[in-house]
Amino acid sequence: MRKNITIGIMIIVCFALQNVLFRSITFGGIGPNLMVVLTSSFGFMCGKKNGMIIGFLSGLLMDIFFGSVLGLYALIYMYIGYANGTFHKIFYPQDIKLPLILIAGSDLTLNLITYCLLFLLRGRFHFLFYISNIILPEIVYTIGVTILLYPGILLINKSFEQAEKRSDQKFV
Amino acid sequence: MSPMIKRKRDKFTLPSKYLLLILTFLCVILMGITFTTDYLGGSLGTISGYVVVPFQRGVSSVGGWLSNRSEELAQLRDVLQENEELKKQVDELSIQITELQQEKYELNSLRELYELDSQYADYEKTGARIIGRDSGNWFHSFLIDKGSDDGLEVNMNVIAGNGLVGIVTYTGPNWSRVTSIINDNSNVSGMILATSDNLIVSGNLELMKSGVISFSQLVDSASQVAPGDKIVTSQISDRYLPGILIGYISEIQTDSNNLTKSGKVTPAVDFEHLEEVLVIKKLKQQTGDAS
Repeated sequence: MRKNITIGIMIIVCFALQNVLFRSITFGGIGPNLMVVLTSSFGFMCGKKNGMIIGFLSGLLMDIFFGSVLGLYALIYMYIGYANGTFHKIFYPQDIKLPLILIAGSDLTLNLITYCLLFLLRGRFHFLFYISNIILPEIVYTIGVTILLYPGILLINKSFEQAEKRSDQKFV
Repeated sequence: MSPMIKRKRDKFTLPSKYLLLILTFLCVILMGITFTTDYLGGSLGTISGYVVVPFQRGVSSVGGWLSNRSEELAQLRDVLQENEELKKQVDELSIQITELQQEKYELNSLRELYELDSQYADYEKTGARIIGRDSGNWFHSFLIDKGSDDGLEVNMNVIAGNGLVGIVTYTGPNWSRVTSIINDNSNVSGMILATSDNLIVSGNLELMKSGVISFSQLVDSASQVAPGDKIVTSQISDRYLPGILIGYISEIQTDSNNLTKSGKVTPAVDFEHLEEVLVIKKLKQQTGDAS
């Protein structure tokens, strides 16, 4: 229960930070994508189901506030969370390479899908412009932010694991 | 073995595959609903508005304070230098002011004579603070801290300074979403102020990197339109009030069909540094009904 409340608060705080703080420190109009970091990292830390639900909730929040179609981002983020969850078995907290690769991959996938669905279908064919001016800078910025945030993410993961262990011990 | 553990293990949990399937269907249904009807998550918006907006406001004020401080530090050195130069200018300018004041009295009396009011003074407006911007990098929409409780409605025009910013596309009880005119999928029906020729101004993400947006379908057979001309919202738009400044033409070329012209517009509003906006509390339809 406490875990769920923590996750709920984290989603809202990340959403608020993303929209306000990181929008005021953009480089060339490009900001990082904190929601992907959150979804993806909970996916590979806590498994498919958690990643999926967190992805769904963060996506839905973005749909409500900014989306033109309700449910589109929820769907994309949910699948990103689920896909990251499949890497749960090979995730070790000491190794930072896998998280970085996964988060970069998730951000790339998300942006490619966004481009295909919301831009390509409206006849914006200049793919090279969009990849070099929007997608790649966003990935680089997101990775930079991830490296800074990663110790914090690990700490939260550790406290979750300890809480689980404690509750297991209580029953035994 | 204690029965507690057994009960816990036996508790029914849905396999994640099925949950994924169920949520996927939910999303598809939601998308279908929003596509076919005008429903945009009314109750969802209300609930999440009450949960999220306080956070947004908090972070917004903290973030604003931080960025102000950092800017202040960066600017301090420049400011000291500027200060000396400005002091010299003050002397020169104070002489000019006395001249201008005389001219201003003259202007005011002339204005009264022609009963010219300032440009948009006849619309009732309300100020609102921006509390969040689109979380992705693809679109330019933002959230403001006023909603239906303050009398805002969908399709109200939003301006800042003297230019058009965008239009309200969703209202919650205490927040609203504004889609700006530089958003990649927004189109505004405009007109050249000097010649009254109609055109369509469209937002464009690609061009916005260089600070302009595009316009198209300008019929200008007399070739009177030139770069620098003012573009305002036109009478024929069904959502935008007439006569609001959109921007200035910066580039113009003839289309390959030789009938219409297209080109680029420099928006009148600085979208990068928007912090406060004015919402015009008058809908286009109401104007039409009244007359």
